[in-house]
Amino acid sequence: MGILDVKDVGKRFGGLKALSDVNLSVQENTCHAIIGPNGAGKSTLLNCLVGKLIPDTGSVMFDGQSVLGRSPHEINQMGISRVFQTPEIFGDLTVMENMMIPCFAKRDGAFRMHAYESIAAERDLIEMAEAMLDDVNMLDKRNMHSASMSRGDKRRLEMAMCLVQNPKLLLLDEPTAGMARADTNNTIDLLKEIKDKRDITIAIIEHDMHVVFSLADRITVLAQGTPLVEDTPENIKGHPKVQEAYLGESH
Amino acid sequence: MDAIILQILNGLDKGSAYALIALGLTLIFGTLGVVNFAHGALFMIGAFCAVTLSRLFNLSHEVEVPGQTDFLGNPLKKDVPYLHDIFGEATGSAIIDWSVPLAILFAIPIMIAVGVIMERGLIKYFYKRPHADQILVTFGLAIVLQEIIKYYYGANPIPTPAPDAFKGSFDFGAMIGFAENTIIYPYWRLVYFCFAAVIIGAVFAFLQFTTFGMVVRAGMADRETVGLLGINIDKRFTIMFGLAAAVAGLAGVMYVPINPPNYHMGMDFLVLSFVVVVVGGMGSLPGAVAAGFLLGVLESFASMREVIDLIPGINQVIIYLVAIIILLTRPRGLMGRKGVMED
Amino acid sequence: MLGLDKKDTTLLLIVAVLTMCAPFLLNPFPEGSGMAQFNAGYPDLMQRFVIFGIFAIGFNILFGLTGYLSFGHAAFLGVGSYAAVWMFKLLSMNVLPAIVLAVIMSGLFAMLIGFISLRRSGIYFSILTLAFAQMMFALAYSVLTPITGGETGLQLALSDPRILGASATAEGNIPVPALFGLEMRSSTVWEVGAWKFTFNTGYYFCAVIMLVSFFLAIRIFRSPFGMMLRAIKSNQQRLRYTGLNPKPYTLAAFVISGMYAGLAGALMASMDPLAGAERMFWTASGEVVLMTILGGAGTLIGPVLGAGVIKYMENIVSKINSDILHGWFAFLPDGLEDFVVAIIYPFIGKGWHLTLGLMFMLVVIFLPGGLVEGGQRIARAFRRGKKNEAPKAASTEPAE
Repeated sequence: MGILDVKDVGKRFGGLKALSDVNLSVQENTCHAIIGPNGAGKSTLLNCLVGKLIPDTGSVMFDGQSVLGRSPHEINQMGISRVFQTPEIFGDLTVMENMMIPCFAKRDGAFRMHAYESIAAERDLIEMAEAMLDDVNMLDKRNMHSASMSRGDKRRLEMAMCLVQNPKLLLLDEPTAGMARADTNNTIDLLKEIKDKRDITIAIIEHDMHVVFSLADRITVLAQGTPLVEDTPENIKGHPKVQEAYLGESH
Repeated sequence: MDAIILQILNGLDKGSAYALIALGLTLIFGTLGVVNFAHGALFMIGAFCAVTLSRLFNLSHEVEVPGQTDFLGNPLKKDVPYLHDIFGEATGSAIIDWSVPLAILFAIPIMIAVGVIMERGLIKYFYKRPHADQILVTFGLAIVLQEIIKYYYGANPIPTPAPDAFKGSFDFGAMIGFAENTIIYPYWRLVYFCFAAVIIGAVFAFLQFTTFGMVVRAGMADRETVGLLGINIDKRFTIMFGLAAAVAGLAGVMYVPINPPNYHMGMDFLVLSFVVVVVGGMGSLPGAVAAGFLLGVLESFASMREVIDLIPGINQVIIYLVAIIILLTRPRGLMGRKGVMED
Repeated sequence: MLGLDKKDTTLLLIVAVLTMCAPFLLNPFPEGSGMAQFNAGYPDLMQRFVIFGIFAIGFNILFGLTGYLSFGHAAFLGVGSYAAVWMFKLLSMNVLPAIVLAVIMSGLFAMLIGFISLRRSGIYFSILTLAFAQMMFALAYSVLTPITGGETGLQLALSDPRILGASATAEGNIPVPALFGLEMRSSTVWEVGAWKFTFNTGYYFCAVIMLVSFFLAIRIFRSPFGMMLRAIKSNQQRLRYTGLNPKPYTLAAFVISGMYAGLAGALMASMDPLAGAERMFWTASGEVVLMTILGGAGTLIGPVLGAGVIKYMENIVSKINSDILHGWFAFLPDGLEDFVVAIIYPFIGKGWHLTLGLMFMLVVIFLPGGLVEGGQRIARAFRRGKKNEAPKAASTEPAE
């Protein structure tokens, strides 16, 4: 039993079979990568994990509880944070405000009517947010308008917003898509650092082999909606089925 | 049965106006992606085109009537329209009598011009702004337009009659085999309905069978892709805006004999037309037309004595009630497309 | 002070001083002078300034923070008015119970309408709120006449029970709204030379309530709740994936702004105890949208400013007629005078709506932040100009 157990999950869109018989187990404190060619169903699977889609069949258990039928904010409150393909942050707010929101969400739950309190009085949360910003080297940008930052900084901020909640599972949806090589390497370093410093489970969906092989402890290869193999990176590299289905195409 | 047919007929003329305005709103929304709160003002300007033409035709000068005096002993004077001088009395009177239908010709170029100026001068700067901004700026424009009309035409409704030939009513019931005097229907309402049907048909045919229409339909489906094809979509959309303005304007011209126009008639219709568009489904032309007629007829049914006795006040709220129910059960409206204004 | 930082405290104090001194500030011209018509310091108008200020402050909590554009907020104003007048009819002429009931009733209505309308966003939300408000207007006008007074509106009568008060005064008149004996319509007039200043109880009562509302609005803006609302406007998806549920937040904002509207409605009824359905018409909802945008949506002071500008125009600019214009431009040669008057005339008097519409369009096009943004831009330009003149003086300013 892992922290995240996906059992026999299937999903159809009309006549199109997007996922079928997906079985997957993510172990605690590991980095598990899900790779596969375009259209293999990676994003569909991810959306099933975070409550955006509900699978037709099967079950998804996180930390001993089912996530099916729960809405995204409930799933987040269970301990899953998600990083998007294009950074999703609160563009109209400052960096610090962006950080404070997950802090409040972590402490107060999905809704609290704190309309008369002042943000400035929440010393603990401010310290928490500042410490996290410091961790990702963004403390100097705390008062910046977040929409005006570079894409790399937005990604960093989004990551920090997820991490400050101290999630049990961090889901990364192609975190380096569309990035230049240098930025990709920076992101890899950032993720490695996160992995080393904290007890955190990471599930990553990625297209870029370089990223996957530098980070993952285990890899699941998805093809046409079904897992092909699951193994360690070393074994995956040499696996003939994978070569055929995936690596053969892109290399 | 006869009562039901009567109510359907009664609903058709208002439904026609809703359908025409909603059609223009949808064309603009579908092609330009703009929520146009000034569309009701275009309807109103159309109505005032008819008023203006009727006034122009009635411009007259005084002549003395030879051999007659008024009660003070001065020579009796009477007003003679210039049209009588130009075309002779018979033709002149006929032209004056037919001023409302003739205003169609007068209104088309004016409405197209107003539409194009509006699009080029204001709306085009708002394509990329949020929908709320579009609503707000066109709302402001609507206020400005109606104040200008109010300044020149005053605040009171201006009665402008239909041609004599279409005054009065006819017994529609007798024509289709019911007892006499059960279904009496005014001629002009029938004219209005037929006119609306022709315009709607023409717009659909134009979009369906011309290359221009094809591009516009493609643009409504996916603007970016069509832009990539190297087709100058903006220019076509400007023309579309002019066309939508003309449709709203013509709806206004012909509505004048049914309801004397005043400066705020546009806003009154606009609120309902928006409800119509939303019920029909944002971005769906057939939806807009169908919902227009549907709501017009429903409104007319709800004003039947029997229905009001059953549910008091239902005639006042039926449209809004339907809109609320539709929006909550079918968020995209009756025929809305996926992905249009969902968030 | 009061849990506000220095900047907000200053703002609150400035607004407090301005509202308290309004009878002087709005009456700068001596009685009987040519400019006296620009005096806005009479009770009726001053009351309207602050009451619509409250309405706009509340609307801004919804629109300015969450970005949800409601086109039906006047419905809650109407509900508040009706509730208040009913309190005057049934209970007593004391304004406090009337206000309390009005706020509760409008809150309940807002809860119901908000719960349904907020299932949709964007233009659909606007149309839903509009549809609800129009429905309420139509019902108040027709079927609900026993409750709303229909076309004539809801009025007080000598036969009303008023169980905690008197049905009629000793003189046999209908009693007037009061706060524990302090009559809302009573005024003290000071005549200082040619100037005449009116201090009206009702105005000061409304002004104090406006200040409290304004203070609460500042607290909401600066609270975690306010930040969540801004986050909703900015990126709802991220908010959901951060573990927060946007629905109750938006609904709470909707209810709060509905209660502000109800409060404004109750105050209107307290100043003049009658309520009519036209207060719920959609143009009235449009008006508060205009006020908020004109002043600056999402800013603290903007809505109050917008309400002031629009009410001033409605009451003062609308009274200027062509004779007055001719009087002003009498110094010009005759032909030119007529010309200038002819140009200006459409924009004033009965045509003030035209000016309003144009102003509104210009603000939406060029100043999305409203008059507040305009003021900030001018201030910035001014400061920059100053800096260029005296760079040394600028450098001595303490760094932030």
